[in-house]
Amino acid sequence: MSQASPPLAGAAGRGWSRPVVIGIVLLVTALVIGAPVAAVFVQALSQGVGYALDSLAQPDTRAAIWLSITVAIVVVPINTVFGIAAAWAIAKFRFPGRKLLLAIVELPFSVSPIVAGISYLFVYGGQGLFGPFLEAHDLKIMFALPGIILATTFVTAPFVARELIPLMQLQGNGDEEVAATLGAHGWQTFFRVTLPNIRWGLLYGVVLCNARVLGEFGAVSIVSGNIRGETNTLPLHVELLYHDYNAAGAFAAALVLTLVALLTLFVKTILERVTGSAGALHGS
Amino acid sequence: MRRLPVVTAAVLLALGGLPAFADAPSTILNASYDVSRELFVAVDQAYAAKYLKDTGKTLEIKQSHAGSSKQARSILEGLDADVVTFNQATDVQVLADKGFVASDWTSKFPHGASPYYSLPVFLVRAGNPKGIKDWNDLVRDDVKLVFPNPKTSGNARYTYLAATAYAKEAFGNDEAKVNDFVKKFLANVVVFDTGGRAATTTFVEREIGDVLITFETETTGIRKEFGTDKFDAVVPSVSLLADFPVAIVDKVAEKRGSTEIAKDYLNFLYSPEGQTILAEHGNRVRDEAVSARFADSFKPVRLVTVEAVFGGWPAANKTYFGSDGLLDQQLAGQ
Amino acid sequence: MGMGGAGALPRRRLSTAGGKGQGRVVPGFRLSLGITLFYAAIIICLPLATLILVGARLGPADYWAVVSSPRALASYRVTLGAAALATMFNTVYGFALAWVLVRYEFPGRRVLDAIVDLPFALPTAVAGVALTAIFAKNGWFGEPLGALGIKVAYTPIGIALAMAFTSLPFIVRTLQPVMEELDGEIEEAARTLGAGTVTIFFRVVLPILVPALLAGVSLAFARCLGEFGAVIFIAGNQPYSTEITALLAFIRIEEYDYPAAAAIATVMLGTAFVLLVVTNAVQALARRHELAP
Repeated sequence: MSQASPPLAGAAGRGWSRPVVIGIVLLVTALVIGAPVAAVFVQALSQGVGYALDSLAQPDTRAAIWLSITVAIVVVPINTVFGIAAAWAIAKFRFPGRKLLLAIVELPFSVSPIVAGISYLFVYGGQGLFGPFLEAHDLKIMFALPGIILATTFVTAPFVARELIPLMQLQGNGDEEVAATLGAHGWQTFFRVTLPNIRWGLLYGVVLCNARVLGEFGAVSIVSGNIRGETNTLPLHVELLYHDYNAAGAFAAALVLTLVALLTLFVKTILERVTGSAGALHGS
Repeated sequence: MRRLPVVTAAVLLALGGLPAFADAPSTILNASYDVSRELFVAVDQAYAAKYLKDTGKTLEIKQSHAGSSKQARSILEGLDADVVTFNQATDVQVLADKGFVASDWTSKFPHGASPYYSLPVFLVRAGNPKGIKDWNDLVRDDVKLVFPNPKTSGNARYTYLAATAYAKEAFGNDEAKVNDFVKKFLANVVVFDTGGRAATTTFVEREIGDVLITFETETTGIRKEFGTDKFDAVVPSVSLLADFPVAIVDKVAEKRGSTEIAKDYLNFLYSPEGQTILAEHGNRVRDEAVSARFADSFKPVRLVTVEAVFGGWPAANKTYFGSDGLLDQQLAGQ
Repeated sequence: MGMGGAGALPRRRLSTAGGKGQGRVVPGFRLSLGITLFYAAIIICLPLATLILVGARLGPADYWAVVSSPRALASYRVTLGAAALATMFNTVYGFALAWVLVRYEFPGRRVLDAIVDLPFALPTAVAGVALTAIFAKNGWFGEPLGALGIKVAYTPIGIALAMAFTSLPFIVRTLQPVMEELDGEIEEAARTLGAGTVTIFFRVVLPILVPALLAGVSLAFARCLGEFGAVIFIAGNQPYSTEITALLAFIRIEEYDYPAAAAIATVMLGTAFVLLVVTNAVQALARRHELAP
């Protein structure tokens, strides 16, 4: 709504306070948010654009980029399906344990990624709950792609659901009830009625989920075996290069992630303009 | 609900069905300590070339680097490393105790399965502005130190024990005085990173601290990378011998059929070519001819051993590094 | 609904669910709930339950010894202290930012609105290396600050800074919608009655915003407590002074001390859960107090 509705001329908006408040906020934002982003650009390009591109073309860095993309390709659809299902169940129905379920779905948001990584290690690690079973069947989860996927799935679980639940609650069940009364079956109702209603919110959740998937660090750092060119995601690779005496290379990799983040914000802004609703991102 | 089994199957397939590793041993994984990154780039390249010449096949050697103990833990948890090249025997012993490595691993390769060694030395800023000469300079109030966390880094355990060994000699085993010395030493540490390389980055790139204490090989690498005019290496009067052990992770190698390659790879480290690469990267080596050629790069130093001073690694680990060991107490008392 | 007995929902009652009026004709209850429960069980509950199990293996005495060890206590102090500092900063700055975005029109407002979410979109590790680069001794801000004798990187202030960066959007985005609904009429009315600007702000505006502000603050605070990626680079990671609880758990894992890692992680998990419950309660309160649209 900050996009759509014109700002209100409130009481505090008069006189000298207005430019001062705006000025201070802009200055602090430049220092706190702008400067780190600028630093990434400056450091990444400190040895020239050619050097940055060269370091991105290194086999290990390319492998890290591909690994991160692979993880996103698997995790984002899983969490999208889950997000829709969870929102559908929680927003459209009342049932015992609903609030508890909501709390569980939201839990990965407030719990530290480190806790997530440790927990997964206890389940799938060699000494863990399923360790002996996995070893007997020669299945690898920890320190391989499945472990990275699982940990990332946990950390980004609530993104889509949290976007959709308030939206579906706001829209109510009227449209679906009408559709059902007119004889539409379940999937028809979903694809023809509900999906068009929630598509922008859904896309918004997917975009945020994707950004977070690509950027996950803490949980993945526990379940990845740090194998160069194999189980290093791009954020882990930033750390690795950073400690490889290759600060410029590390920042070049960080720049890729920063550009993805900026692109995410751009897409998000476009989506907000389309829907005309402000990003009550995690609030409401 | 009828769709649920399909979803279940798809999820399980996505989660569990992925192949663990390339099955054909056209790759092997070497799990190594943190600061050996550049060393093994060079070693792997040379060995891959030799392997191609010998067999006509290509071999890709993958590397994983982290604190030595962390690596041992990862292997126990399922990291499929074919060989380990660690900086501390205990970390290999952990693997041997759990049946991942042969129990007689020290006799599988020459020199107690340790193709090279190093020692903790000091790296100071150009011109040595604080006049650091020996361990006793490191407990001065005006000196700030950087070295990694002894709990996670083999590198730092050597540093900690070397300082303790110095104090034991200086104070004639007066426990209280030794304890005070080590406490002051720890109090001067400004950053505890989890691995040796992170400590290097802190000292070199972020310009934190007056002295970095790390393996001699790392100080050689830093001066090579950043210029000999930026940092000086200081070799103290006494330091601790750091044997760098190697072993085949039999449990993994047998499964993957890579035992022969793994053995050949580790033997390569003992060959004149391998020893030369090791020496070029600032490691002290066993081959006498190679050693003689690099004599100028390595200052003579009196080395004491963990066995002689601390009664071996198991005892040292128990006394100093275990939960509520001396290290914990010394850190807590600050 | 009780927050106790985590885990199993009473299964036999599911078939009757959806019967309370609105849900009856809407399809897909079983499928959507089935997927949700399956996923929640496998992805969320199983790992966390295992964590609690591993922690519980310690037994009460040892558990208590681990979570109340001096080093753990110090890490709570560091984490809570830095999180409190970061949240205080964000309360003021986030409030001002939301206010400016809602109340004022100025060039660049939309850009400002967009970049508020940057800390959400930017990977925490990138934020960590970038903040470290800026605030290190030889960095853009680190050098002038160092000349003034202020050290940020590798101190608790650095930790707070990294936390503030990653948690800022929570407060702004929670406040913004409520501020938007707060139209000028009440303030005008108060002004007509002779109230001054300061009085209006503290007596009229702030009370309306407090529930939303509290919700945002508790969300941001929870995020600060769990932050790892951004903090790890800028913190000195020195036990007892700049070691956060997440790092201590991480170090215990690296030390192969699993029970201790599990115990510390359960403390973090419990804190996160309590904060989540508090946040939801505050938000429910906020909704009740919201002005009619």
